[in-house]
Amino acid sequence: MNWTAVATIYKAEMARFWRTFLQSFISPVLSTSLYFVVFGSAIGSRIEEVDGVEYGAFIVPGLIMLSVITQSISNASFGIYFPKFIGNIYEILSAPINFLEVVAGFVGAAATKSLFIGTVILCTASLFVDLHIQHPIAMVAFLVLTCLSFALMGFIIGIWAGNFEQLQLVPLLVVTPLVFLGGSFYSISMLPPVWQTITLFNPVVYLVSGFRWAFFGQADVPVLLSLCAIGGFTLACMGVIWWIFKTGWRIRA
Amino acid sequence: MAAILSIRDLRKVYDGGFEALKGVSLDIEEGEILALLGPNGAGKTTLISTICGITTASSGQVSVGGFDNVTEFRAARSLIGLVPQEITLEPFAKVLDTVTFSRGLFGKPADPARIEAVLRKLSLWEKRDSKIMELSGGMKRRVLIAKALAHDPRILFLDEPTAGVDVELRKDMWEIVAELKADGVTIILTTHYIEEAEAIADRVGVITGGELLLVEEKEQLMARMGQKQLEVQLTAPISEIPAGLAPHRLELVNGGYGLLYTYDTRAERTGITTLLNDVAQAGLVLADVQTRESSLEDIFVGLVARNGADRSGTAAVSGDAA
Repeated sequence: MNWTAVATIYKAEMARFWRTFLQSFISPVLSTSLYFVVFGSAIGSRIEEVDGVEYGAFIVPGLIMLSVITQSISNASFGIYFPKFIGNIYEILSAPINFLEVVAGFVGAAATKSLFIGTVILCTASLFVDLHIQHPIAMVAFLVLTCLSFALMGFIIGIWAGNFEQLQLVPLLVVTPLVFLGGSFYSISMLPPVWQTITLFNPVVYLVSGFRWAFFGQADVPVLLSLCAIGGFTLACMGVIWWIFKTGWRIRA
Repeated sequence: MAAILSIRDLRKVYDGGFEALKGVSLDIEEGEILALLGPNGAGKTTLISTICGITTASSGQVSVGGFDNVTEFRAARSLIGLVPQEITLEPFAKVLDTVTFSRGLFGKPADPARIEAVLRKLSLWEKRDSKIMELSGGMKRRVLIAKALAHDPRILFLDEPTAGVDVELRKDMWEIVAELKADGVTIILTTHYIEEAEAIADRVGVITGGELLLVEEKEQLMARMGQKQLEVQLTAPISEIPAGLAPHRLELVNGGYGLLYTYDTRAERTGITTLLNDVAQAGLVLADVQTRESSLEDIFVGLVARNGADRSGTAAVSGDAA
């Protein structure tokens, strides 16, 4: 491994993040606070507890997942799309580095950014509601894996995208609905039986469920299944990226 | 001298079926400046991109400093610096950061003193904290060169370094190239300006339609390219060239109304004065005089035509003339 090159890409990507630090930091803090003001206090007080958890606290894992997933995708897809758009991808392609090093740099930085944002949201949330994390190690593991796997997916989108519109297409039309319908703000046991079954085809359900289990000890689907789902998704993304670099699809003529 | 870059039968067929390189073979010696001369779409950029790993070859081998550019890509690419044709720089990045980035990307340990030396050499040190978008076009090109030099390559590719730049900047660029050569860097540059090849190259390769038609010492090629023709138009036609004009080796054209004289513009004496005197002596009356230069295009046309004819017999002229 050419670790110097990995660190170089990673640092350059992180520098972009720090350049827009205020925006990166304030925006999740503000939107999380708004969620809590609206759902936690204004409406939440009228909603009964879900599975014995106060609604304001119940939505915290889902809220973190929502941000982390969208941030991972947008950071990683933009990170690799930007050099493609500007043209300085030539430098990466002609450098003495292999695809693992390129991915480690870009995806590592994108995952770090969303991990940071996830942590900021968690801290902000703890200002509004009482949070007891029952399985802290599992919580961190789920969070890191989610950041990583969706950053990988974002990387694929960034390579695939031919213009800025396409860059937004998948996150907007696929990911956001999946996350909202993946039980971020409700327990799937609240749905009619038919929809409960349909929902099980939504991969995000497994993430949110596992993550929520780490917080409150309750899950919609077995935790092991959640872990397998996210592990499988990560491997699938890595497989696609391996294929992209092997064939040069959309990056190397 | 040993070849630092060796290309053997390199072919590139793009997905659409377009054959951009048709079996290019070439050896480049350490320390030389090779200019690849060719019209737009000749395959110059594809050749460079394939050597550098941006494009994958359909077949053929490239060896850089003895390392295969596919199986030993790390060692091979470490030796190469690439300056692309287009200005492809992140507008918000600072000069120093982007040049430092390039060094790290090639896996070289940070060396601020080396980066400073590169920036000073390219007169960029004063601008090190400027954002790319604040720089002039010429400065941006220098930044591209600085990025390519940041990891101390032994071979530098300059893809049309002076396309669309003004005369002064072009001269600047030539000076930079000369200095790099003095530092021992092997330079391969593409251009479609003859005068550029003339000004800085040791050898010149002519490439068109994906084929390397020839590689020649600059002096020899320029002598061929420096040919000019002068046509003496007469008021009355003649049936044969007067004996007094024989030493000028003229050609009778235009149905006897014209005398064609071929001469070398680079020679000390063109022989025009003597010719015109001799024409008058021979009792011929001039109607007009016209001169024509053999352009790069003529040379290309000539080479392509010859290449096509050769192909029916032996292999193409392409190949290592080195």
